[in-house]
Amino acid sequence: MIYEVSNWAIAIFLFIVGLVLGLSFYFARKTKSASGYYAAGGSIHWAVNGIAFAGDYLSAASFLGICGMIAYSGYDGFLYSIGYLAGWVVALFLVAEPLKKLGKYTFADALDSRFNSKHIKLAASISTLIVSIFYLIPQMVGAGDLIVPLLGLPHFMGVLIVGSIVIFIVATAGMTSTTYVQFIKGALLVVFSTILTIYILNNGLKLSPSENYHKFAQIEAIVANDTDVSVNDSTCSIMRTKVVDKNVFVKLTQNGVVGWFKLTTKDDKTVLDEMLYMTVSSNGEKLYNGAPKSEKKFFQVGHLSKIIVDGKEVDKSGPVGPFEFLKTIENSEVVRFSKKAFSDGDDKVTVWYQNVTKGENVMKPGLLYKLSKSAGASFWDRLNFLSLMLALFLGTSALPHILIRYYTVPSQRAARKSTIVAIAAIGFFYILTLYMGLGSMISGALDVESSNMSAPLLAKTFGIGLFSIISAIAFATVLGTVSGLIVASSGAIAHDFIDKYLQVEMTDKAKVTAGKLAAIGVGIFSIILGILFKGMNVSFLVGLAFAVAASANLPAILFLLFWKKTTAKGIAWSIIVGVVSSIGIILFSPTMFEKYGLVPANALIPLDNPGVISIPLAVITLVVVSLMTQKKNSTKDLSK
Amino acid sequence: MLHEPVVEIGTDKAAARKAKLGVKMFIAYTVIYAGFVFIGLFQPESMGLKILGGQNLAIIYGFGLILLAIIMGFIYNYACTRLENKLNKN
Repeated sequence: MIYEVSNWAIAIFLFIVGLVLGLSFYFARKTKSASGYYAAGGSIHWAVNGIAFAGDYLSAASFLGICGMIAYSGYDGFLYSIGYLAGWVVALFLVAEPLKKLGKYTFADALDSRFNSKHIKLAASISTLIVSIFYLIPQMVGAGDLIVPLLGLPHFMGVLIVGSIVIFIVATAGMTSTTYVQFIKGALLVVFSTILTIYILNNGLKLSPSENYHKFAQIEAIVANDTDVSVNDSTCSIMRTKVVDKNVFVKLTQNGVVGWFKLTTKDDKTVLDEMLYMTVSSNGEKLYNGAPKSEKKFFQVGHLSKIIVDGKEVDKSGPVGPFEFLKTIENSEVVRFSKKAFSDGDDKVTVWYQNVTKGENVMKPGLLYKLSKSAGASFWDRLNFLSLMLALFLGTSALPHILIRYYTVPSQRAARKSTIVAIAAIGFFYILTLYMGLGSMISGALDVESSNMSAPLLAKTFGIGLFSIISAIAFATVLGTVSGLIVASSGAIAHDFIDKYLQVEMTDKAKVTAGKLAAIGVGIFSIILGILFKGMNVSFLVGLAFAVAASANLPAILFLLFWKKTTAKGIAWSIIVGVVSSIGIILFSPTMFEKYGLVPANALIPLDNPGVISIPLAVITLVVVSLMTQKKNSTKDLSK
Repeated sequence: MLHEPVVEIGTDKAAARKAKLGVKMFIAYTVIYAGFVFIGLFQPESMGLKILGGQNLAIIYGFGLILLAIIMGFIYNYACTRLENKLNKN
């Protein structure tokens, strides 16, 4: 998609980035000690920390990824909102206060608080680094996606800009500036998402999202033997048909212009429906709807084909309330855009066809995760759903960059209160994601090349000002989250590994320098990964990070707190098994097979989310190894 | 040297009772969350049933889980604060 760049967008973007950098300069002067760098001196107010928690948590995955997933797959995207929020219950009721009591700078400190074990230090630092990097990838991918419409720069430039700014922030000021950046960003994100939702409800539902919305061509067709297609229109000439997964795609010329259409039968009428398509020729040239990208023949999509209000079919609903909005979509009919890829001679063709979907199917699970027998759900489909919901529920309280925020407040009571502020802010935001996602789905706000841009492009349909602010906030979202992740990663390398595991003698100042150098290294690595993973939905990628965190870290945390027989070796082996099994399953999953250019159906493990296997494996390992290594090093019940 | 917190944390006599309360509330929420997951797994068609104000079960249950987490958070904080004030006074 080619976007018009607005001066407004550039100005607001520069203002937000300038604000973030200004804060970093200000706090850099105050950060002199290791406790200041890693834990903001434990002096942050619980309310500020609570909103900063929300800022940390509402990453690119929440704002860009979930809204995009809802825009393309309806309620299935909202499952992420439910699971992400439910995970905070584990953090509040089981983890927040004990962890605050046990730790110093990092999650490894808490795990190792009663053992002083080198095994734990090494395992926890590796796990922190891996989980943070898994979480960093989607943030960087989201940054690249955002920069394209915002500044008109290519994807990799977005990744480079975010990486460079964040390396600067973290390498100058650490946790204090990260906290205040997250506080401002978290608050702005919730406020402007509310404003965007009010716009959506006030706009209501319309058959044609805007005056400029593309009018899709439809040609009457005659079909013999299922795939033998002809047309009566003398301006058209059929070139060839292609059957892909029972869909019949037709290449034809109309008035000399080549296009791909989809054969559709509805109400006993057979027609050819216009599609969006992209062709990559053998020499690498990309054509969008038959023309170079610069000719802007590619357009945004997403609309309703039928609106039912009070049992009557209407063209538009007018302003609606929040419940009426959901009810009206459920009673109506949505045109989604589904993707298929195939070869046409030497060319590789990707098409996005109109997929008319009943509103009732949009508003319940099933479009992305097949669950019912009638939809052909297999055992693995159901296991994938179970695995996702398990990983989301158990992943939150195992994310190192979230856990370190418990060390920035002065007391256990403050840790608890800040968690509750976070739950309220995040819960409210996640309810809004359903409106923003569905709003994108029906407002002509979908860039079929990137589901991640749905929410910012929805804002654009309401004016360039709102788009600029929302995009700049989304960019700050990425900046803030990446900062938190890099602080966590640098803590794992400099504090857990170099200082505690290798026991390199360092002054307090040298520890801060080591942390900053580690931050620079992790930042550069994440830039490279962000460029490599371009095009993937960021919420899906974060779901994988949750699965790795839930497998590697959560059994260790919970058993340390609630099982007296837990041993140091039990914790260390559980972390290692959790990391290896979860990453192993991901590497051999259908999604990664697609990324490798192989056939997803041939994946060695037909499971996209590893949690349902790797979490129990880590638990079993912890119990068995702990029972086998019972000596004097078993811990007390730390919950007391 | 072990890993003491950045700031000094005093003895909390309410810790054990707060932990027990936390575990009970966690189990209660987990059961309700598991109910949502199991309906999705074994009765997915039920998610489309309209149950309240024209909204289907998926919407009511999904919103309900989010709101319940917020409400339980406030209740937990209220109960913990009372326990702390009562047990740490002496």
